[in-house]
Order: sequence, then structure tokens, then C-alpha cells
Amino acid sequence: MTESVTPRRVTSRRPPERNVPADETLGMKLRHLRRRIALQQVFAELFAKRWMEPAIPLALLVGVVVFFSIAAPGFATEQNLLSSSAELAELALVCLGMAVVLISGGIDLSVGSMFGLCNMVVLLLVTLSGLPVIAAIGLGLLIGALLGAINGSIVAYLKARPFLTTLVTLIIFRGVLNLLDLNFSAQTATAFVLDPIWEWFSTGKVAGIPFSFITLVVVLLIGHIVLSRSRLGWHITAVGASRRAARHAGIRVERVLLLSYVFSGLLCALAGIFYAARLSSASARVGEGMELTVLTAVILGGISLSGGKGTVWRAFIGAATISLLGKGLLLMNVGGEVFQTVLAGVLILAVGLDLKWGKNRGKAIQKTYVNPTIVQYGDLPDCRPGSGSAFEMNDRLVGAESIGVGKVEGPEDVILDKQGRLYCGTRQGWIMRFSGENFENAEIFARIGGHPLGLAFDADDNLVVCVAGMGLYAVTPDGEVRKLTDESNRTWTRLRDDSRLRLADDLDIAPDGKIYFSEGTTRFEMADWILDGVEGRPNGRLLCYDPETGKTRTVIRDLVFPNGVCCSHDGKSFLIAQTWLCRILRYWIDGPNKGRIEVFMENFPGYLDNINRASDGTYWVALNGMRSPAYDLAMRMPVFRRRMMKRIPRDEWLYPSMNHGCVVKVSESGEVLETLWDPGGTAHATITSMREHDGYLYIGGLENNRVGRIKLDNSPAESVGAGAPSVAGTAAS
Amino acid sequence: MGAVLAKVRPGGQLRLSQEQIILLVVASLFVVFSLLLNGFFTAENLLNLLRSVSSLGILSVAMAVVVIARGMDLSLVASMGVATAISIQLMRTDLGTPMALLVGLGIVLLMGAINGFLIAFVEIPPLFATLASGLLIYGLARTVILDGLIVELPPDRDFVRWLGQGVVFGIPAPIIIFVVVAVVAHFLLSRTRTGRFIYAHGDNSGAAGLTGIPVRPLTVTEYMITGAIGLVGGLVMAGSVGGFNTQIIDGSLIYDVLLVVVVGGISLVGGRGGVLSVVAGTALIGVMLNGMTILNMNTHEKDIVKGLILLAALVLDNRLHPRDEETVRQGD
Repeated sequence: MTESVTPRRVTSRRPPERNVPADETLGMKLRHLRRRIALQQVFAELFAKRWMEPAIPLALLVGVVVFFSIAAPGFATEQNLLSSSAELAELALVCLGMAVVLISGGIDLSVGSMFGLCNMVVLLLVTLSGLPVIAAIGLGLLIGALLGAINGSIVAYLKARPFLTTLVTLIIFRGVLNLLDLNFSAQTATAFVLDPIWEWFSTGKVAGIPFSFITLVVVLLIGHIVLSRSRLGWHITAVGASRRAARHAGIRVERVLLLSYVFSGLLCALAGIFYAARLSSASARVGEGMELTVLTAVILGGISLSGGKGTVWRAFIGAATISLLGKGLLLMNVGGEVFQTVLAGVLILAVGLDLKWGKNRGKAIQKTYVNPTIVQYGDLPDCRPGSGSAFEMNDRLVGAESIGVGKVEGPEDVILDKQGRLYCGTRQGWIMRFSGENFENAEIFARIGGHPLGLAFDADDNLVVCVAGMGLYAVTPDGEVRKLTDESNRTWTRLRDDSRLRLADDLDIAPDGKIYFSEGTTRFEMADWILDGVEGRPNGRLLCYDPETGKTRTVIRDLVFPNGVCCSHDGKSFLIAQTWLCRILRYWIDGPNKGRIEVFMENFPGYLDNINRASDGTYWVALNGMRSPAYDLAMRMPVFRRRMMKRIPRDEWLYPSMNHGCVVKVSESGEVLETLWDPGGTAHATITSMREHDGYLYIGGLENNRVGRIKLDNSPAESVGAGAPSVAGTAAS
Repeated sequence: MGAVLAKVRPGGQLRLSQEQIILLVVASLFVVFSLLLNGFFTAENLLNLLRSVSSLGILSVAMAVVVIARGMDLSLVASMGVATAISIQLMRTDLGTPMALLVGLGIVLLMGAINGFLIAFVEIPPLFATLASGLLIYGLARTVILDGLIVELPPDRDFVRWLGQGVVFGIPAPIIIFVVVAVVAHFLLSRTRTGRFIYAHGDNSGAAGLTGIPVRPLTVTEYMITGAIGLVGGLVMAGSVGGFNTQIIDGSLIYDVLLVVVVGGISLVGGRGGVLSVVAGTALIGVMLNGMTILNMNTHEKDIVKGLILLAALVLDNRLHPRDEETVRQGD
């Protein structure tokens, strides 16, 4: 009967998820394989992950550890690591202070001087003043907090620039330190402290781990809780993220800023005390250039310069990276000057990356998100009038009556109930009901909230609806809306979380009451659904909701945009219309072939939408758009499509043509029986669904402003049972 | 610029510009020091004072160019020091003086271009970019190029020596060079297209871009000009002591430069002040430093005093030229 649409029977468990021409060469097979792999997609999905930002610094740290374990002998020894951990603890404490200030939107360059000054003061107090060690340590911490408060009050209350202010206090504190050094430090050289607490600070160990490191861990834990769980921490983050918004929210910005600098001073003092106890070095050069090390570490750890972003763990990771890098270079006999130079270079690089990445991350992900692949089609069937093909254009839809013109927007699917009332979804997220002789009474039956794309009645006359962006919903005959499901089992091999339903599209109900429904794409939102067509990848799936258990599971994954779903007349299989592949799959749910998938029909001249049963044992298929030779060619050329997306604005891309369609009737054996066209496309341009009822065919369209009705002259006058599967009806009765 | 002249308000009240206030302060400090400090008001001391501050003045003129354009060059002393040291190191070989100086010039220009690129194109805030680039070039020079911390100028290099020690009509050469640099910079900033563009850039970078000024290339040019002027200062320093001690880069010279610029009235918000502000600032800092030296303060005490004054100047500048605290970017 038809030569253009070839029925195929493939009895493998699953046919390839693409159109396979009969004479495919090996080269073509390899090209397909090559294009299936989408590294760019992995990249885009990876960098869209929240955990990716701390993952990079962590990988860097691991890299540093691995490199020096191999390159530097004596690096990966217990002794070295333990001694490193004491140094690391001091650096990390200071880094934590810097991190808090950076998160609050400021910067503290005076950390090195505060560190040195507190080291000196505590040493002097312990050795010369005769104060008890505990008091000396307390006094040291107090002085650190005071120094921080000086910075903080200048920055917060006098509103000076944090960078320059702390750069200047750096030199003032250093000047004070130098004076102390000049006047007192010679006397400390001879003093010797014998005090258990001081001893504990210098050499104390718990299970072999230095006391300073344990203190660091405790401080990190407290810092984490304060920063991420407490009111103060949230205030600090808020002030750093947007000072104006924070003030409008009633946060006392100045006080929060002051506190962040006080934290910095306090932590510098703590680090300085450990340093004093460990080395007893009363030198004026302690902590010189430390601001560079600390700044590099913190930014490398992933705490953004722009404020409001960062955790204590990132500060620690950065500190560990820099500290181990320094230690490793030392073991490799590289001088401190080289280390400083490397640090400066790394700082420029890290700051540049931080700023550029922060600014362009979204754009980069967006640009790489769509990844075209090869989609091949057979020869385009001729639809022109007079061509004599099965799809020959006619004007049978021209005389269609219009229902609800101007009252509905985008009735993607239409359905009729047992009383003959017409239901359709609209763009506003409503379900409209038309009743009366000529469907003149329009009312809003239910307000769902998302665009309803698929409709079906279950055995209890509940209207089951696929809602774009929301999932599967049911509406009782009284108009009460109930959610059935909005998630499925997650595919664990995927980076992207696909457990949420993004684009539930069409459904049908099996004889046993299970609801099978399609999800067109798991990668794009409703507004961008057409991008899935530009991409052409198997992003969709078929799902099954079991009303008995309330569970949803994925039945077939990796389908190229499954759109229409329809239970066959015998109830043993489902037909799945795939939009971008222009073919129909048959999925067996019962019988000897249970679980198998085969290609039912392929190479339609247009993109398929819904599929429904006809009254005479055949099926109606809607074509929402027609293929064109140019776009077919573009679909074979993924590199071209990628260049197109990169080079020209989005509204000038080539898209699948979605402005003209038709209705096709196909037989159970996969033959095209008849077609219905509206050549001018004035009333029914895009056709996404049709429903046969009482000798009439009702027509809906995603972009149309009406529902169409046409009398089927050659069909028998029996009812199809309001679109509910006839088999389900029998099963229920 | 125009603000140099005292303006009379409609009410008949005399309104002084910041430079004039500073010059008044200098005059009064001068009188106080002359009366209280022994050995301040002597011809020798005053000439000394002028000579010693002229290299600081030249560096401050260099810094003024980028600060007017709402930038900052913390790598000024580092790039100047490294370039000068390398030039002198080359002079210790057979290389001719012009060639050695050209190499030095090349280094500062390259450094300026890198800074400008990082700031204009990579969009790193100037303070971060120049802080890191200064440390980077100093580190590179120390580890790779320079032989030691101190390079001595060979006695036969008369030109460089003259820059620091020469005398023309009884006036030390550094002072003359400072005056020449100041006049040239003043001409550049107030009479050339580039100069006006620099003011426009500092005043409102976005508006400058919208009117068609190529802001990014301009930024690169600004940092290159700063580097080139800075090199002159470095050579004067090297000439006056017959060598160059690169440890100066670690020291507080950059704070002195900042102090001169900010105190003189070149606001950090950009687009304000001019070369006369630098002259006023240099005079103030020169008198102050000289006074502190006569008071026998050590370096550390000087550092503390300078730091406090700079802090006060920064706070004051912020009061006089407030910026929007709430939308300000990190490192501005």
C-alpha cells in the first residue's frame, strides 16, 4: 500500500537508538559511535555541579602530594608529615582568618605582621615578664583580637578601603614588632622556659599528632558550624555576597565586618602562639611575606575574592596545598625565593581564574550544554499534491469546525469523556472543559499550574494528566487535582540527576491499570524543548507509574524524544512515537515478546507527536511539523550545527520546522492508510494530537488557538469509549 | 589642574584646594622645624632635603598617572628596582650605556604592559595584579638574573652618576630632573589627548568607554608610562649612591610614594589632582622625613609614623571623595 514508510521487524531486545539505513557502511557506523561520545556534555554537566568547585582544589592538593611523594625523597615519611602538620596547622589557622574576612567581602593583608607581633609579644611575656604561661597566652590572644579590631574598625566604621588599610597596618604592626625586637629580643635568647603548659603547646602530642594540629581540627569544626549553621556565619556570608541586600535585610553590616577582622586577628594570634612555643624565635622577620602565602592559599582553595562564597574546608585545602608545596620544594633543595616567585605567579593565575570563572561559568555551561549528534533519515517521502504517495497533501481539514476559538491557548492534547464533553489543556496551566451541543459552554475544569501535555481517562473516570515541568497528575471528576508522581529512579551512571520529571509528555493506561508515560527529554526544560531536537540525542525515556504501589520506574531509558504513547488494541504492546527520529517503536508488555522493543514504522515525512487508537483497529498519528531536505542534511552534520550555535544568535538557528503538520492513519501492520491536511495551515497549523469520538475526529495543537472537529465519513458510528483503552474498559468491567 | 587656583565662593569665602592646604601645612611645618630643630634651616640641609626627595618625587609622578586613572601600581618600586639593577649589571660588562638603559626601559615597559593586560583584559583588580606582579618580577630577578642583592655602578659610567650627583648652576641634577619630569608629566596630562583620556578614564571608566575611548588599550598605556617614569627615578637613586640595593624593593618606599600621592590630593577614586598635587605632597613628605631624621628617629619609628599618617590620609581621602561602599568591587 505504501512504499515510503517501510515496516521493519527487528527481533533484537532493542533496536539501535537511531535511524539505521539499510546500506550503512562501517565508516558511517564509526562516525555514529564517535558522535555518541559527548565529552563536551560531560564537561558541561560536570561543571554545573555544585561540588565541582571544591573538587578542583582538592584534586590539586592530591596532585601536589602525589608529585612530591614520587619526586622528593623523604616527603612521604611519617616523620616529615608529622613535622609538616605542625607548620600546616599554623598556616591553616591564619588562612582561616583570611578566609572569614574574604567571605565577608574584605581582605586582610596584615595577617603576617599580626602573626609576627603576637609571636613576639607572647615570647616576651613568657620569658621576661614572669607572668604565668596561661595568662601570657590569654594576653596574646587578646592582643591579636585588638589588632584585628583596629583593622576592622577602620574598615567598617571609617569606611576605608580594606586592601590599602590593611596594607598600611601591615607596615605599622611590623614597625612596632621591629621596635620590640630592637629593644627586648636580645634578652629572650638567654631565657629558658620550663612550664608544662608551654611544653604542651610546643611539643605536646595526642596519638602522635601535634597538639597544634588537633587544635586546628577543633577550630575548623567550630568554624564550620559557625559559618554554615549560625546566625553570625550567615550574616558574614550575606554581607560578603551583597552588602546592600544585607543592610536592607536588617543586618548590622559594620558590626559583622568588624567581627570578621577580629576573628582574623584572633586566629593569627593563636597561630603565632603555636609558632612561639614551637620555635622560640624572637625575630622581627617572623611572618614576613606571609600575606602572600596566605592569600594564595585561600584563593587557590576556592574562596572567591568577590566575597560571600567559601567554606573553612576550602581554606584548609588551600593551606595544605601551599604548605606541602613549600615543604616539598624545600626537600628538593629549591630556595625560598623560588617559592615566593612561584607563589606570586600562582596568585595571579588563581585570581585571574577565580574572576574569569566566576563571571563566565554560566555562559560556558550554557554554550557547551547542547551537543549535536548525527541523526540520519531515509529518503524524504514526497507529500506534494499529485505526487501519488501515501502522504499526498489534501484539503480534508479545511472544512473542520472550530471549537473554543480564542478561548484556549495551546491545547496540546484533547480528550472526551463518557458524556461527550471535551477536555483540553492550555498554556496557562488549566484544563478547559467544553460541553453542550456544539461545545459552546467553556469552563475551566481544573487549574494544574503547568502546561498539560497528555490526557487519558482511567477506569474510574479520573483524568490522568502529564504536566510539563511537574510530572504526572490526576484530576477527579469533581475537578480536584492530585499529584501521582513527579520523580523516578535516578540513573546512577549519569552525572546529571534525572530523578525529577522534566517534560512528562503523553500517557496511556495498560489493561492492568498501570500508567505508561513518556518523558521527552531529561536535559531540557519545556521552554527549551526544541533544543533537544537540535541536539538529537537519546535524552528521553518511557516511565511506568503503578497506581497500586504508587511507585514510578523507568521502563526504557535513552530514547530520542519519545512523545506519543498509546496502548495497542490487543493491550499487549505500547506504541511510542519518537519525534526527532520520525519513527514509531513498539514495546511489548505482554505475550511471548514481553520486554522486547521493535521498530513499528519509520521514515515519516514529519516529526511525530501523539498517537491514538482509532475505532476500526487502526491508529491515528499526529505530525507536528514536516521534515525538509535542508534540515535533514543539517541533522546529519553535528559539527555544522555546533558551529551554527556558536556563531549566530539563537533566533537565527536552523530549527526543525514546527509550523505545519497533518494527521496520518496507520494500520496495525504498519501501513499508511490515509492522511488529513490543512494546506494553508490557517486553522490547524501544528497538529500535536487527535482523538476519535462518535464518528468525529478532534484535533489539538501545541500552538493552536482552537480545537478542531471533523466528521469522519467512512468510519463506523460506534464509540471508542472516550479514548480510554478499550481493553482497559473490558478489564475493569 | 584647574583646581590649582584658589576659588572665591559667592559668599566671598576663600576656598582652598587640597594642594594649597598642603602647601600651607608645609610652610608652617617648615617654620616650626626651622625654629625648633637645630640644623634644619641650613642651606646644606635644605639642598640635601631637596635632593633626597627628588627621586621620591619622580616615583610619585609615575604613580600619579595610574592613580588619576583610578588604578594603582604596587609593583612600581619592584619593576623600577629590577630594571635599574639589571641595567647597572649590564653596565658592568662591555655593553654601552645607552644599550643598557634601553634594556632597562624594555623591562619596565614590558612590566607595565603585563600589569595593564592583567588589569584591563583579565580584569584582575589593580591592587592584586600589581602586588603579585611586583613580587613575581622581584622573585624572578633575584633567582634567575641578578648576581647579588647590591649592584655597584662602575666608575666610568658618567651619565648615570651625573643623574644622581651632577650639579648644574649650583643646583643638584636630581632636582632638575624632578622638575623636568614634573613639567613633562604635567604637559602630558593636561595638554595631550592621552592625558585628557587618562582623566576621563579615572573619572568614569564606563562613560569613557561609551564615548569611544579605547579604555583597555589606554590602561595598558598608562601602566607603561608609569613604568617608564619610574625608571628615571630609579636611575637617579642609583646615580646618587653609585649603585643599587635591591633590598629597597622589600622596604617601605612604596608606602612613601603612596603617601605622597594620597596626601597631595590625588584621590584614589580617580580623575582628581595633578602633577602639582605630587609636588605639594613631595614637599610635605620631604620636610617630614627630614625632620624625623634630625629628630634621630630610627627606620621603624619612621615607618610607624608614616603608616599612621598614610592611614589618616586614606581615611580623609575616603571622606572627601566617598565611594559607593555597597557596590564596590574587591580590591578597588
